[in-house]
Amino acid sequence: MSKLIVSPSPHIHSKDSTKSLMLDVVIALIPAVICSVVFYGWQELLVLGVSVASCVLLEWAITKYLLKKPSTVGDFSAVITGILLALNVPYTTPWWVIVIGSIVAVGVAKMTFGGIGQNIWNPALVGRVFLLVSFPTYMTTWQQPQGLFGLDAVSGPTPLGTIQEGLMQGSSVQELTSAYNYSDLLFANLGGSAGEVCALALLAGFVYLCVRKVIKPWITLSIFATVALTSLIFWSIDPTRFTDPLFNLLTGGLVLGACFMATDYVTSPMSLWGGVVFGVGIGFLTMMIRYFGSYPEGVSFAILIMNSIVPLLNMWFKQKKFGRK
Amino acid sequence: MTSTIIWTIAVVTVLGLVLALVLYLVAQKFKVEEDPRIDEVEKVMPGANCGGCGFAGCRAFAEAAVKAPNLDKNYCPVGGNDTMAKVAAILGYEVKAKAPMVAVVRCNGTCEARPRVNDYDGFASCVVKSTLYTGDTGCAFGCLGCGDCVNACQFGALSMDPATGLPVVDEEKCTACGACVKACPKLIIELRPKGPRGMREFVSCVNKDKGPVAKKACANACIGCGICAKTCTHEAITVENNVAYIDPAKCKLCRECEAMCPTGAIHGVNFPKPLDKEAVKARIKERQQKAKEAANV
Amino acid sequence: MSKHTFSIGGVHPHDSKISRECPIQPLPIAPTVYISVAQHIGAPSVPCVAVGDKVKVGQVIAEPGGFVSAFIHSSVSGTVKSIGPRPDLSGRPSTHIEIAVEGDEWLEGIDTSDTLITEIPSDNKAIIEKIRLGGVVGLGGATFPTHVKLSPPPGSKCERVIINGCECEPYLTSDFRTLLEKGEQVVIGAAILKQVMGDVPCTIAIEENKPEAIAHIKEVIAKLGFKGIEVMSMKMMYPQGGEKQLIDAVMHRQVGSGALPISVGAVVQNVATALAVYDAVQKNKPIVDNSVTVTGECFPKQANLLVRVGTPLSYIIDYLGGVPEAAAKVISGGPMMGRAVANLDAATVKGTGALLFLTEAQTRRAPESNCIRCGKCADACPMGLEPFLLNKLARNKDIEGLEANAAQDCIECGCCLYSCPAHIPLLDNIRIGKGSVLGAIRARAAAAKAAAEAAKK
Repeated sequence: MSKLIVSPSPHIHSKDSTKSLMLDVVIALIPAVICSVVFYGWQELLVLGVSVASCVLLEWAITKYLLKKPSTVGDFSAVITGILLALNVPYTTPWWVIVIGSIVAVGVAKMTFGGIGQNIWNPALVGRVFLLVSFPTYMTTWQQPQGLFGLDAVSGPTPLGTIQEGLMQGSSVQELTSAYNYSDLLFANLGGSAGEVCALALLAGFVYLCVRKVIKPWITLSIFATVALTSLIFWSIDPTRFTDPLFNLLTGGLVLGACFMATDYVTSPMSLWGGVVFGVGIGFLTMMIRYFGSYPEGVSFAILIMNSIVPLLNMWFKQKKFGRK
Repeated sequence: MTSTIIWTIAVVTVLGLVLALVLYLVAQKFKVEEDPRIDEVEKVMPGANCGGCGFAGCRAFAEAAVKAPNLDKNYCPVGGNDTMAKVAAILGYEVKAKAPMVAVVRCNGTCEARPRVNDYDGFASCVVKSTLYTGDTGCAFGCLGCGDCVNACQFGALSMDPATGLPVVDEEKCTACGACVKACPKLIIELRPKGPRGMREFVSCVNKDKGPVAKKACANACIGCGICAKTCTHEAITVENNVAYIDPAKCKLCRECEAMCPTGAIHGVNFPKPLDKEAVKARIKERQQKAKEAANV
Repeated sequence: MSKHTFSIGGVHPHDSKISRECPIQPLPIAPTVYISVAQHIGAPSVPCVAVGDKVKVGQVIAEPGGFVSAFIHSSVSGTVKSIGPRPDLSGRPSTHIEIAVEGDEWLEGIDTSDTLITEIPSDNKAIIEKIRLGGVVGLGGATFPTHVKLSPPPGSKCERVIINGCECEPYLTSDFRTLLEKGEQVVIGAAILKQVMGDVPCTIAIEENKPEAIAHIKEVIAKLGFKGIEVMSMKMMYPQGGEKQLIDAVMHRQVGSGALPISVGAVVQNVATALAVYDAVQKNKPIVDNSVTVTGECFPKQANLLVRVGTPLSYIIDYLGGVPEAAAKVISGGPMMGRAVANLDAATVKGTGALLFLTEAQTRRAPESNCIRCGKCADACPMGLEPFLLNKLARNKDIEGLEANAAQDCIECGCCLYSCPAHIPLLDNIRIGKGSVLGAIRARAAAAKAAAEAAKK
């Protein structure tokens, strides 16, 4: 008989592992990925492929050659970063821009901090914001998509972009939003980065993650609630200058950001109230940037800003200890 | 254009001067009065902040040294006699040169000599392992092999030898700060004098079990037979709780105990020539014979 | 689905009660028993027999070594062969009394019949003394001397007695079988405890995965006609049977940090302890045996055995066919808080409740990876602690930080390590940290006491 194993208790373990949790997130993203490929065609598939491949390869190379440790790509977190980065950029982005984005996302925002679990900012968002600032033309040009089956899609800039430009030119919000209807936004074949479209597919993934107990809904729900409330207040005050709540909820990558980026384990608070405050902050900052900032889209920046204060939120909002006030 | 540049320079210069003045006044107002000798002593310290002296870092040592009436209780093992001479010079005290010490790992239960009897699957820390049970070998006292000592050493002087499963001390790097001694939950590591030209003898075992039990668990164990104590002509060896101990103050490095030890538990390090056991045994026999004859006369 | 449960944390391991259909069978007595003098919390007992003495079952062989200590009785009849150190299940030597078995002669005065004695004596002091003389200790695993628990410090008042029949650890079924087979005795024991604590209400808490036991005990209570004893069906969750968690679930009161359950008016006793109280008070029978579940998927014959105290584990295992080939780990107790056995020759003690065999696949730990800050450990912790933080503080030996983050409140239930997706050995380090904090607290208290006494002089 071989030697008995001896260890401190406990002696059994749940089925969860980092890999199984990350795989669940990948599964949750599949509806959105399918939607974006159907709407944008093979070019979107290329963008996804390049993004995922470069993120995974980069993490593998860094762990093997620079850190000289066993490779961590098996936990699928690099795959998720790749998918999220791809869903955040226009489908016409050249492959080399995406590779640069991956280098920033995985190499700078994740591996320089020590790999998974050690980064402060969401890697996919850091990559996306870097690209937005460095390659503004590629990142803000929205071409008419052909769709995988040649589906007709509306061309032009994103709805938010259109609104902002229109407001600057003096049109009122009502004139501008009349061009859209909400079911378009929900089922979305409007211009935008792949992740902005098809809110329904994204929400399906979110529900899957909640049911599987991979994430808890507080952060996402508090973001939606804050966005709705803030936009309701401003819109009630001046409907000509400010877009309405439903419009804000459905456009501009809010759904993607709230469901998949803000809920990233590493960069979000640990406790319930910390998460709620985090979500409120993101929602509020998003609306401020959208209404008063010079960027049409605010979710990415809002999330990155709130990521910075997560250690403070973790310190301030701890869960209640048993038997103590 | 030029007026802008002139204004900029003027404003920044004035701002700089005002702020410098503020900083100076604040530094003067909140200055802590300290004995200037503390700074001087701190300068000659090694700066390792290892705590080997018993104080919380080199500055704490300097503060304590300045306050103390003499340097008897304040000794820096890392800087050694050189540093202490400098400190003594600054403070005007006398200091006795101490014999340099080194960490000695008193266990030779290698993977070969001490077979594993179970498979430890907990966190790789000697403290965790020793809190749980007596270890994954038959010896309840021996090295647990998880390397808490290696982690504790701030000077990189300890490393685990994968072939033996035991820690190895690099004498050049060891400063005898004592961190490894504190880290080992089995109290296996001891600070012993380095010895003349680095030569020293020690019993490489701390097993307190009775001889047969110890030997069954480890081929290199000290079985407490006492032959070493009987052989030693310098009264340097005591056997207590079934394990022998060599007092470094009395040991004269004759290596007779090492020759007579039946299990090879006694080790001699840094000796220039390998030990010729037969020759030493013969010499001992002769001496004991002569003593008997002298007693019979 | 019962809504009675504790308020913070908890995990849902599969309950694996594969031995639940096995009735408790007496194990034939081993040829030699080794009875430890350190089988309970508190001072080890002092042997009061000598080598060569003849002893009978139930005879006192060791007396309490202090106030918090217990009597130890011989579990067999025979001759004392030796009194000396013998390795326990972690390999550490502790004093054992070795008795070579001859026959099965019980001490006079012990009622060995099956007759149910329903009449409870009225003298509470006499009852507690009988419990003390019977060497009764908490059989839920903690082995705290029961007579001490039943004598709370002056000023504290018991408001409820809770009988813990949750058996929340997976695999264990001996308490369940005891409830089914000795339900009357358990209920009478509960009634005794209830009376001794001031005739307070009594709740018998049973997890909902034991519906037969719940139904049976309800019947027994009705049949015996005891008032003030109720059965509460608890939600199936680990650690429902943890003392603090159970008090929270039943009474909705949380015992404060460092405080005793009596501070919120609760006294909790395990089902097996209630049975031992019945035996000691009604039958004059001290603790000489306990039921042990022998189980595990790789173990061919599931069993619940009545084992005499001091039986070597190897004897029990060999009786049931030996250690299975597929077994990689043998655990004394449950899979969450049990102790892995390094020494199969160790003898059972009063607190031994199970022998569990797990395969390599079930128990080998996966390699550790980076903490992904998912917070599952904090969600799982029933004491509301943050294991990811305590683990880091313990590895950095930051004792002040550990105390500030309540490491001393940890009940070592294992929920954190169980749920960590990165397989970080959280509890291994937190346990060490908790020990350091408790040591620091004790040192502070001792220093304060010394300072106070010096000030008095």
